[in-house]
Amino acid sequence: MVKPTRLTNDIRTLRFTADEMTQAELARRVGVTRQTIIAIEQGRYSPTLEMAFQIARIFAVPLEDVFQYPDDAGEMI
Amino acid sequence: MSWEEKSTWIMGVVSVVGYAVYLSLVLPAVPSAGGLADAPYVASMLWTIGGAIIASIILHILAAVISPQDANTKDQRDREIYRAGEYIGQSFVVIGALSAMILAMLDMDQFWIANAVYLCFVLSGVLSTIAKIAMYRGFHPW
Repeated sequence: MVKPTRLTNDIRTLRFTADEMTQAELARRVGVTRQTIIAIEQGRYSPTLEMAFQIARIFAVPLEDVFQYPDDAGEMI
Repeated sequence: MSWEEKSTWIMGVVSVVGYAVYLSLVLPAVPSAGGLADAPYVASMLWTIGGAIIASIILHILAAVISPQDANTKDQRDREIYRAGEYIGQSFVVIGALSAMILAMLDMDQFWIANAVYLCFVLSGVLSTIAKIAMYRGFHPW
């Protein structure tokens, strides 16, 4: 059964606060294509745990500040 | 659009167009041959498969020339989508092999065996293309 991801993220905000880092620059630093960063930002792709940690490390914030996983009631976990 | 998504589109379009060309070559010869199984198909099938491979290579080269910065770049997401798409499409490869085995056991004409295998290869390619494009557009099974 295919379903859209429930994972949400604040990458767009974090990029803005990190000197308006471009998607291309973030992609280069993570080692993925720009399309993958766009897909993650738009919630069309759930990154691997390793990639999620890499993104959090680039912004120097905990993983939970980058990614959230709301429960059925919509509350963030 | 990432390089791998472009490549997926190329493979899907080439599969469909290739099979359409094959049908357009074989079907008109059916009335004069006296029946579907008696229609000459071997040369058409070989030329169509060969042509599809060459067309795929040329289209990939053109895509690389148009956007050289993306050419042959592949990341974790591309690999996951490729694997999942191929896994989904593989069902038709198995169906094709089983169909060929059953048709051979029933002593059916070689025409039916070859065409069952070819059709299932095409359906496998089309199904995996649809699955991959759907995953690139936001639907994923994991």
